[in-house]
Amino acid sequence: MTTDTPRELEELAQSWEGDGLLSEIVAHLRDQRTPLREEWAKRITDASLLVAMTPQEIFSEATAVYDNYVEVLETGNVDALQRYAQDLSERIIPRGVETDEVVGIVLLLRDVLARSLFEKYQQDFPLLNRVLDVYEPVANRIANTVAVGFVQERERVIRQQQHALLELSTPVLQVRERLLILPIIGVLDQKRARQLTEQLLRGIRMHRARVVVIDVTGVPGVDQAVANNLVQTVDASRLMGASVILTGLSSEIAQTLVTVGVDLTKFNTSGDLQGGIEEAEHLLGFTVTRNDDAGS
Amino acid sequence: MPVPDSRPSAEPRRVSILRDGPYLIASVHTALDDAQLVRFQSDLVARIRRERSRGVIIDVAAMDVIDSFTSRTLSNVTRMAQLQGAATVIVGISPELAITMVQLGMSLDPGNTALDLDEGMRRLDAIAGGSTTAPGSRRASRG
Repeated sequence: MTTDTPRELEELAQSWEGDGLLSEIVAHLRDQRTPLREEWAKRITDASLLVAMTPQEIFSEATAVYDNYVEVLETGNVDALQRYAQDLSERIIPRGVETDEVVGIVLLLRDVLARSLFEKYQQDFPLLNRVLDVYEPVANRIANTVAVGFVQERERVIRQQQHALLELSTPVLQVRERLLILPIIGVLDQKRARQLTEQLLRGIRMHRARVVVIDVTGVPGVDQAVANNLVQTVDASRLMGASVILTGLSSEIAQTLVTVGVDLTKFNTSGDLQGGIEEAEHLLGFTVTRNDDAGS
Repeated sequence: MPVPDSRPSAEPRRVSILRDGPYLIASVHTALDDAQLVRFQSDLVARIRRERSRGVIIDVAAMDVIDSFTSRTLSNVTRMAQLQGAATVIVGISPELAITMVQLGMSLDPGNTALDLDEGMRRLDAIAGGSTTAPGSRRASRG
Protein backbone atom coordinates (compact mmCIF):
# COMPACT_ATOMS: atom_id res chain seq x y z
CA MET A 1 0.00 0.00 0.00
CA THR A 2 1.50 3.32 -1.01
CA THR A 3 0.70 6.60 0.68
CA ASP A 4 -0.22 9.74 -1.19
CA THR A 5 3.14 11.35 -1.18
CA PRO A 6 5.11 8.47 -2.67
CA ARG A 7 2.38 8.02 -5.28
CA GLU A 8 2.76 11.60 -6.41
CA LEU A 9 6.46 11.16 -6.50
CA GLU A 10 6.03 8.06 -8.58
CA GLU A 11 3.89 9.84 -11.08
CA LEU A 12 6.40 12.58 -11.29
CA ALA A 13 9.10 10.04 -11.76
CA GLN A 14 7.11 8.26 -14.45
CA SER A 15 6.72 11.39 -16.52
CA TRP A 16 10.44 11.70 -17.04
CA GLU A 17 11.26 8.06 -16.57
CA GLY A 18 8.72 6.84 -19.16
CA ASP A 19 11.14 6.78 -22.03
CA GLY A 20 13.69 4.87 -20.08
CA LEU A 21 11.08 2.36 -18.99
CA LEU A 22 9.90 1.91 -22.54
CA SER A 23 13.35 1.09 -23.86
CA GLU A 24 13.78 -1.28 -20.94
CA ILE A 25 10.53 -3.04 -21.85
CA VAL A 26 11.54 -3.19 -25.51
CA ALA A 27 14.93 -4.61 -24.63
CA HIS A 28 13.29 -7.24 -22.46
CA LEU A 29 10.87 -8.25 -25.22
CA ARG A 30 13.69 -8.45 -27.79
CA ASP A 31 15.69 -10.55 -25.36
CA GLN A 32 12.82 -12.94 -24.76
CA ARG A 33 11.77 -13.02 -28.40
CA THR A 34 12.12 -16.76 -29.01
CA PRO A 35 10.34 -18.15 -25.92
CA LEU A 36 7.58 -15.53 -26.02
CA ARG A 37 6.93 -16.09 -29.67
CA GLU A 38 6.70 -19.80 -29.14
CA GLU A 39 4.42 -19.33 -26.17
CA TRP A 40 2.18 -17.12 -28.30
CA ALA A 41 2.06 -19.55 -31.23
CA LYS A 42 1.22 -22.35 -28.81
CA ARG A 43 -1.60 -20.36 -27.30
CA ILE A 44 -2.99 -19.58 -30.74
CA THR A 45 -3.05 -23.28 -31.55
CA ASP A 46 -4.50 -24.16 -28.13
CA ALA A 47 -7.31 -21.67 -28.58
CA SER A 48 -8.11 -23.19 -32.03
CA LEU A 49 -7.60 -19.86 -33.72
CA LEU A 50 -6.45 -19.55 -37.33
CA VAL A 51 -7.47 -23.15 -38.08
CA ALA A 52 -7.31 -22.30 -41.78
CA MET A 53 -3.54 -21.94 -41.53
CA THR A 54 -0.78 -24.51 -40.95
CA PRO A 55 1.35 -24.33 -37.76
CA GLN A 56 4.37 -23.26 -39.86
CA GLU A 57 2.41 -20.40 -41.37
CA ILE A 58 1.12 -19.37 -37.98
CA PHE A 59 4.68 -19.37 -36.65
CA SER A 60 6.08 -17.26 -39.46
CA GLU A 61 3.21 -14.75 -39.29
CA ALA A 62 3.57 -14.72 -35.53
CA THR A 63 7.24 -13.82 -35.88
CA ALA A 64 6.46 -10.96 -38.22
CA VAL A 65 3.65 -9.64 -36.03
CA TYR A 66 5.84 -9.97 -32.94
CA ASP A 67 8.65 -7.92 -34.49
CA ASN A 68 6.24 -5.29 -35.75
CA TYR A 69 4.62 -5.20 -32.34
CA VAL A 70 7.90 -4.56 -30.53
CA GLU A 71 8.82 -1.95 -33.09
CA VAL A 72 5.60 -0.05 -32.51
CA LEU A 73 6.24 -0.22 -28.76
CA GLU A 74 9.65 1.28 -29.36
CA THR A 75 8.81 4.00 -31.88
CA GLY A 76 5.12 4.62 -31.22
CA ASN A 77 4.63 4.74 -35.00
CA VAL A 78 1.92 2.39 -36.26
CA ASP A 79 2.35 3.01 -40.01
CA ALA A 80 4.49 -0.05 -40.69
CA LEU A 81 2.20 -2.24 -38.60
CA GLN A 82 -0.80 -0.82 -40.41
CA ARG A 83 0.71 -1.74 -43.75
CA TYR A 84 1.61 -5.17 -42.51
CA ALA A 85 -1.89 -5.70 -41.10
CA GLN A 86 -3.44 -4.72 -44.42
CA ASP A 87 -1.11 -7.02 -46.32
CA LEU A 88 -1.80 -9.86 -43.89
CA SER A 89 -5.55 -9.28 -44.22
CA GLU A 90 -5.32 -9.42 -48.00
CA ARG A 91 -3.64 -12.79 -47.72
CA ILE A 92 -5.80 -14.40 -45.07
CA ILE A 93 -9.28 -13.07 -45.83
CA PRO A 94 -9.65 -15.21 -48.96
CA ARG A 95 -8.77 -18.23 -46.79
CA GLY A 96 -11.75 -17.64 -44.56
CA VAL A 97 -10.07 -16.16 -41.48
CA GLU A 98 -12.66 -14.45 -39.32
CA THR A 99 -12.48 -11.10 -37.56
CA ASP A 100 -12.72 -12.67 -34.10
CA GLU A 101 -9.68 -14.81 -34.85
CA VAL A 102 -7.56 -11.85 -35.81
CA VAL A 103 -8.66 -9.83 -32.80
CA GLY A 104 -8.17 -12.95 -30.68
CA ILE A 105 -4.56 -13.50 -31.66
CA VAL A 106 -3.59 -9.87 -31.13
CA LEU A 107 -5.16 -9.92 -27.68
CA LEU A 108 -3.35 -13.17 -26.95
CA LEU A 109 -0.04 -11.56 -27.82
CA ARG A 110 -0.88 -8.63 -25.58
CA ASP A 111 -1.56 -11.05 -22.72
CA VAL A 112 1.57 -13.11 -23.35
CA LEU A 113 3.74 -10.02 -23.26
CA ALA A 114 1.94 -8.59 -20.24
CA ARG A 115 2.54 -11.83 -18.34
CA SER A 116 6.16 -11.77 -19.21
CA LEU A 117 6.33 -8.27 -17.79
CA PHE A 118 4.51 -9.39 -14.63
CA GLU A 119 7.07 -12.11 -14.23
CA LYS A 120 10.00 -9.79 -14.67
CA TYR A 121 8.79 -7.05 -12.38
CA GLN A 122 6.85 -9.07 -9.83
CA GLN A 123 9.28 -8.16 -7.05
CA ASP A 124 8.64 -4.46 -7.42
CA PHE A 125 4.93 -3.73 -7.58
CA PRO A 126 5.13 0.09 -8.03
CA LEU A 127 7.61 -0.39 -10.84
CA LEU A 128 5.36 -3.01 -12.45
CA ASN A 129 2.53 -0.51 -12.23
CA ARG A 130 4.53 2.07 -14.12
CA VAL A 131 5.67 -0.47 -16.65
CA LEU A 132 2.06 -1.39 -17.33
CA ASP A 133 1.10 2.28 -17.53
CA VAL A 134 3.56 2.58 -20.39
CA TYR A 135 2.80 -0.75 -21.98
CA GLU A 136 -1.01 -0.89 -21.92
CA PRO A 137 -1.92 2.18 -24.02
CA VAL A 138 0.49 1.17 -26.74
CA ALA A 139 -0.66 -2.46 -26.67
CA ASN A 140 -4.29 -1.41 -26.92
CA ARG A 141 -3.50 0.92 -29.75
CA ILE A 142 -1.79 -1.90 -31.61
CA ALA A 143 -4.73 -4.24 -31.10
CA ASN A 144 -6.99 -1.50 -32.35
CA THR A 145 -4.87 -0.83 -35.42
CA VAL A 146 -4.72 -4.47 -36.46
CA ALA A 147 -8.43 -5.07 -35.91
CA VAL A 148 -9.45 -1.93 -37.77
CA GLY A 149 -7.05 -2.77 -40.60
CA PHE A 150 -8.58 -6.20 -40.92
CA VAL A 151 -12.15 -4.94 -40.86
CA GLN A 152 -11.38 -2.22 -43.38
CA GLU A 153 -9.82 -4.70 -45.75
CA ARG A 154 -12.84 -6.91 -45.36
CA GLU A 155 -15.21 -4.08 -46.10
CA ARG A 156 -13.16 -3.12 -49.12
CA VAL A 157 -13.51 -6.67 -50.46
CA ILE A 158 -17.25 -6.60 -49.80
CA ARG A 159 -17.68 -3.27 -51.55
CA GLN A 160 -15.69 -4.48 -54.51
CA GLN A 161 -17.85 -7.59 -54.79
CA GLN A 162 -21.06 -5.61 -54.47
CA HIS A 163 -19.90 -3.35 -57.25
CA ALA A 164 -19.00 -6.28 -59.49
CA LEU A 165 -22.36 -7.85 -58.77
CA LEU A 166 -24.27 -4.71 -59.67
CA GLU A 167 -22.38 -4.38 -62.93
CA LEU A 168 -23.21 -7.90 -63.91
CA SER A 169 -26.64 -8.25 -62.56
CA THR A 170 -29.02 -6.62 -65.01
CA PRO A 171 -28.50 -7.34 -68.68
CA VAL A 172 -31.07 -5.82 -71.04
CA LEU A 173 -31.14 -7.96 -74.17
CA GLN A 174 -32.85 -7.45 -77.48
CA VAL A 175 -34.29 -10.70 -78.82
CA ARG A 176 -36.30 -9.35 -81.72
CA GLU A 177 -36.79 -5.98 -83.26
CA ARG A 178 -38.42 -3.80 -80.59
CA LEU A 179 -38.59 -6.68 -78.09
CA LEU A 180 -36.32 -6.69 -75.03
CA ILE A 181 -35.88 -9.32 -72.38
CA LEU A 182 -34.59 -8.65 -68.91
CA PRO A 183 -33.72 -11.81 -67.02
CA ILE A 184 -33.29 -11.14 -63.32
CA ILE A 185 -31.34 -13.64 -61.25
CA GLY A 186 -30.72 -13.42 -57.52
CA VAL A 187 -32.11 -11.37 -54.69
CA LEU A 188 -33.71 -8.08 -55.71
CA ASP A 189 -33.08 -5.37 -53.16
CA GLN A 190 -34.19 -1.78 -53.52
CA LYS A 191 -30.88 -0.54 -54.82
CA ARG A 192 -30.76 -3.20 -57.49
CA ALA A 193 -34.40 -2.67 -58.39
CA ARG A 194 -33.75 1.03 -58.91
CA GLN A 195 -30.72 0.33 -61.06
CA LEU A 196 -32.74 -2.17 -63.04
CA THR A 197 -35.42 0.43 -63.73
CA GLU A 198 -32.85 2.89 -65.02
CA GLN A 199 -31.14 0.36 -67.25
CA LEU A 200 -34.43 -0.86 -68.63
CA LEU A 201 -35.63 2.65 -69.49
CA ARG A 202 -32.34 3.46 -71.17
CA GLY A 203 -32.59 0.17 -73.07
CA ILE A 204 -36.13 1.01 -74.19
CA ARG A 205 -34.96 4.30 -75.63
CA MET A 206 -31.85 2.85 -77.23
CA HIS A 207 -33.56 -0.13 -78.87
CA ARG A 208 -36.87 1.69 -79.43
CA ALA A 209 -38.57 -1.19 -77.70
CA ARG A 210 -42.33 -1.61 -77.68
CA VAL A 211 -42.52 -4.72 -75.55
CA VAL A 212 -40.34 -5.77 -72.63
CA VAL A 213 -40.38 -9.20 -71.02
CA ILE A 214 -39.07 -9.15 -67.45
CA ASP A 215 -38.28 -12.68 -66.28
CA VAL A 216 -38.06 -13.15 -62.51
CA THR A 217 -37.65 -16.95 -62.49
CA GLY A 218 -34.33 -16.54 -60.71
CA VAL A 219 -35.63 -14.24 -57.98
CA PRO A 220 -36.28 -16.07 -54.70
CA GLY A 221 -38.58 -13.46 -53.18
CA VAL A 222 -39.52 -9.81 -53.02
CA ASP A 223 -40.58 -7.47 -50.24
CA GLN A 224 -43.19 -4.77 -50.43
CA ALA A 225 -40.77 -1.99 -51.36
CA VAL A 226 -39.34 -4.01 -54.23
CA ALA A 227 -42.82 -5.02 -55.39
CA ASN A 228 -43.80 -1.35 -55.51
CA ASN A 229 -40.61 -0.64 -57.36
CA LEU A 230 -41.60 -3.22 -59.96
CA VAL A 231 -44.94 -1.48 -60.38
CA GLN A 232 -43.11 1.81 -60.90
CA THR A 233 -40.88 0.18 -63.48
CA VAL A 234 -43.93 -1.02 -65.36
CA ASP A 235 -45.52 2.46 -65.20
CA ALA A 236 -42.37 4.25 -66.30
CA SER A 237 -41.91 1.85 -69.21
CA ARG A 238 -45.45 2.54 -70.33
CA LEU A 239 -44.82 6.27 -70.22
CA MET A 240 -42.06 5.59 -72.70
CA GLY A 241 -44.44 3.65 -74.87
CA ALA A 242 -43.35 0.11 -74.01
CA SER A 243 -45.59 -2.49 -72.45
CA VAL A 244 -44.16 -4.90 -69.92
CA ILE A 245 -44.83 -8.59 -69.56
CA LEU A 246 -43.74 -10.15 -66.29
CA THR A 247 -42.88 -13.83 -66.43
CA GLY A 248 -41.67 -16.57 -64.12
CA LEU A 249 -43.38 -15.39 -60.95
CA SER A 250 -42.74 -18.02 -58.29
CA SER A 251 -45.62 -19.01 -56.06
CA GLU A 252 -43.92 -17.21 -53.16
CA ILE A 253 -43.71 -13.96 -55.11
CA ALA A 254 -47.28 -14.34 -56.34
CA GLN A 255 -48.42 -14.73 -52.73
CA THR A 256 -46.36 -11.73 -51.63
CA LEU A 257 -47.74 -9.52 -54.38
CA VAL A 258 -51.32 -10.40 -53.52
CA THR A 259 -50.83 -10.20 -49.73
CA VAL A 260 -49.14 -6.81 -49.74
CA GLY A 261 -51.86 -5.49 -51.99
CA VAL A 262 -49.87 -4.49 -55.05
CA ASP A 263 -52.10 -3.17 -57.80
CA LEU A 264 -52.02 -6.19 -60.08
CA THR A 265 -54.17 -4.72 -62.82
CA LYS A 266 -51.04 -3.09 -64.19
CA PHE A 267 -49.18 -6.34 -64.48
CA ASN A 268 -49.34 -8.26 -67.67
CA THR A 269 -48.05 -11.64 -66.58
CA SER A 270 -47.28 -14.91 -68.23
CA GLY A 271 -46.33 -18.24 -66.68
CA ASP A 272 -42.85 -18.67 -68.04
CA LEU A 273 -40.35 -16.93 -70.26
CA GLN A 274 -41.47 -18.88 -73.31
CA GLY A 275 -45.08 -17.84 -72.81
CA GLY A 276 -43.98 -14.24 -72.29
CA ILE A 277 -41.95 -14.14 -75.48
CA GLU A 278 -44.80 -15.73 -77.43
CA GLU A 279 -47.20 -13.14 -76.10
CA ALA A 280 -44.76 -10.35 -76.93
CA GLU A 281 -44.38 -11.67 -80.47
CA HIS A 282 -48.13 -11.69 -80.77
CA LEU A 283 -48.29 -8.07 -79.61
CA LEU A 284 -45.64 -7.06 -82.11
CA GLY A 285 -47.25 -9.03 -84.93
CA PHE A 286 -44.52 -11.61 -85.34
CA THR A 287 -45.45 -15.14 -86.27
CA VAL A 288 -42.88 -17.85 -85.75
CA THR A 289 -43.22 -20.89 -87.94
CA ARG A 290 -41.20 -24.06 -87.98
CA ASN A 291 -39.46 -24.96 -91.18
CA ASP A 292 -40.20 -28.67 -91.51
CA ASP A 293 -37.18 -29.35 -93.69
CA ALA A 294 -34.79 -27.94 -91.15
CA GLY A 295 -36.03 -29.93 -88.16
CA SER A 296 -34.69 -33.28 -86.88
CA MET B 1 -53.86 30.51 -56.24
CA PRO B 2 -53.54 33.47 -58.61
CA VAL B 3 -54.50 32.70 -62.15
CA PRO B 4 -51.46 33.17 -64.37
CA ASP B 5 -51.88 35.68 -67.14
CA SER B 6 -52.85 33.80 -70.24
CA ARG B 7 -53.01 36.72 -72.66
CA PRO B 8 -50.52 36.68 -75.50
CA SER B 9 -47.35 38.41 -74.38
CA ALA B 10 -44.29 39.76 -76.10
CA GLU B 11 -42.32 36.73 -74.95
CA PRO B 12 -41.34 34.33 -77.72
CA ARG B 13 -43.28 31.10 -77.72
CA ARG B 14 -41.48 28.16 -76.23
CA VAL B 15 -43.75 25.66 -77.91
CA SER B 16 -44.24 25.34 -81.63
CA ILE B 17 -47.52 23.94 -82.90
CA LEU B 18 -47.36 22.55 -86.43
CA ARG B 19 -50.12 21.11 -88.52
CA ASP B 20 -49.69 17.80 -90.30
CA GLY B 21 -52.88 16.82 -92.12
CA PRO B 22 -55.58 16.14 -89.55
CA TYR B 23 -53.03 16.16 -86.73
CA LEU B 24 -51.28 18.85 -84.72
CA ILE B 25 -47.72 18.43 -83.52
CA ALA B 26 -46.73 20.52 -80.52
CA SER B 27 -43.03 20.48 -79.65
CA VAL B 28 -42.01 21.82 -76.30
CA HIS B 29 -38.54 23.33 -76.63
CA THR B 30 -37.65 23.74 -72.99
CA ALA B 31 -39.02 23.38 -69.50
CA LEU B 32 -41.99 25.72 -69.19
CA ASP B 33 -42.96 27.85 -66.23
CA ASP B 34 -46.54 28.00 -65.06
CA ALA B 35 -47.54 31.03 -67.16
CA GLN B 36 -46.01 29.53 -70.27
CA LEU B 37 -47.84 26.28 -69.61
CA VAL B 38 -51.16 28.04 -69.34
CA ARG B 39 -50.46 29.92 -72.55
CA PHE B 40 -49.51 26.67 -74.26
CA GLN B 41 -52.70 25.04 -73.08
CA SER B 42 -54.97 27.80 -74.43
CA ASP B 43 -53.01 28.10 -77.69
CA LEU B 44 -53.25 24.39 -78.33
CA VAL B 45 -56.91 24.06 -77.46
CA ALA B 46 -57.74 27.04 -79.71
CA ARG B 47 -55.71 25.53 -82.55
CA ILE B 48 -57.53 22.21 -82.27
CA ARG B 49 -60.83 24.05 -82.57
CA ARG B 50 -59.68 26.13 -85.50
CA GLU B 51 -58.06 23.32 -87.47
CA ARG B 52 -60.69 20.76 -86.53
CA SER B 53 -57.84 18.38 -85.72
CA ARG B 54 -58.47 14.75 -84.93
CA GLY B 55 -55.20 14.07 -83.24
CA VAL B 56 -52.52 15.88 -81.26
CA ILE B 57 -48.95 14.89 -80.53
CA ILE B 58 -47.15 16.68 -77.73
CA ASP B 59 -43.40 16.13 -77.93
CA VAL B 60 -41.67 16.67 -74.60
CA ALA B 61 -38.27 15.25 -75.58
CA ALA B 62 -36.54 18.55 -74.83
CA MET B 63 -37.95 18.69 -71.32
CA ASP B 64 -35.38 17.65 -68.78
CA VAL B 65 -37.39 18.20 -65.61
CA ILE B 66 -41.06 17.96 -64.83
CA ASP B 67 -43.11 19.23 -61.91
CA SER B 68 -46.61 18.43 -60.80
CA PHE B 69 -48.11 21.47 -62.51
CA THR B 70 -46.60 20.50 -65.84
CA SER B 71 -47.84 16.96 -65.42
CA ARG B 72 -51.32 18.16 -64.52
CA THR B 73 -51.42 20.56 -67.43
CA LEU B 74 -50.43 17.82 -69.84
CA SER B 75 -53.14 15.59 -68.52
CA ASN B 76 -55.68 18.46 -68.64
CA VAL B 77 -54.76 19.27 -72.22
CA THR B 78 -55.31 15.63 -73.08
CA ARG B 79 -58.81 15.78 -71.64
CA MET B 80 -59.65 19.13 -73.22
CA ALA B 81 -58.55 17.84 -76.60
CA GLN B 82 -60.69 14.78 -76.03
CA LEU B 83 -63.70 17.04 -75.45
CA GLN B 84 -63.04 18.60 -78.82
CA GLY B 85 -62.80 15.26 -80.50
CA ALA B 86 -59.03 14.99 -80.77
CA ALA B 87 -56.94 12.14 -79.39
CA THR B 88 -53.65 13.10 -77.74
CA VAL B 89 -50.40 11.16 -77.61
CA ILE B 90 -47.51 12.43 -75.52
CA VAL B 91 -44.13 11.41 -76.90
CA GLY B 92 -40.48 11.72 -76.02
CA ILE B 93 -40.65 11.14 -72.27
CA SER B 94 -37.06 10.49 -71.24
CA PRO B 95 -36.06 7.79 -68.72
CA GLU B 96 -35.36 10.47 -66.09
CA LEU B 97 -38.73 12.08 -66.64
CA ALA B 98 -40.49 8.72 -66.53
CA ILE B 99 -38.85 7.82 -63.20
CA THR B 100 -39.69 11.21 -61.70
CA MET B 101 -43.27 10.94 -62.82
CA VAL B 102 -43.91 7.51 -61.37
CA GLN B 103 -42.09 8.32 -58.16
CA LEU B 104 -44.13 11.46 -57.62
CA GLY B 105 -47.29 9.60 -58.55
CA MET B 106 -48.02 11.88 -61.51
CA SER B 107 -50.44 10.19 -63.79
CA LEU B 108 -50.78 10.28 -67.52
CA ASP B 109 -52.87 7.68 -69.21
CA PRO B 110 -50.13 5.27 -70.26
CA GLY B 111 -52.20 4.35 -73.30
CA ASN B 112 -51.57 7.88 -74.56
CA THR B 113 -47.81 7.91 -74.51
CA ALA B 114 -45.30 6.73 -77.09
CA LEU B 115 -41.54 6.61 -77.42
CA ASP B 116 -41.01 9.27 -80.08
CA LEU B 117 -42.75 11.24 -82.82
CA ASP B 118 -42.71 8.35 -85.26
CA GLU B 119 -44.28 5.98 -82.78
CA GLY B 120 -46.74 8.65 -81.75
CA MET B 121 -47.93 9.01 -85.36
CA ARG B 122 -48.53 5.29 -85.53
CA ARG B 123 -50.41 5.37 -82.26
CA LEU B 124 -52.59 8.23 -83.46
CA ASP B 125 -53.30 6.41 -86.69
CA ALA B 126 -54.41 3.45 -84.63
CA ILE B 127 -56.70 5.39 -82.32
CA ALA B 128 -57.82 8.38 -84.40
CA GLY B 129 -57.04 7.54 -88.00
CA GLY B 130 -59.26 5.63 -90.33
CA SER B 131 -62.52 5.99 -92.11
CA THR B 132 -62.82 9.72 -92.65
CA THR B 133 -59.35 10.18 -94.11
CA ALA B 134 -59.62 11.33 -97.68
CA PRO B 135 -58.65 8.70 -100.24
CA GLY B 136 -55.17 9.23 -101.54
CA SER B 137 -54.11 11.42 -98.61
CA ARG B 138 -50.69 10.48 -97.38
CA ARG B 139 -52.13 9.68 -93.97
CA ALA B 140 -53.98 6.71 -95.39
CA SER B 141 -50.82 5.02 -96.51
CA ARG B 142 -49.28 5.04 -93.08
CA GLY B 143 -48.97 2.10 -90.63
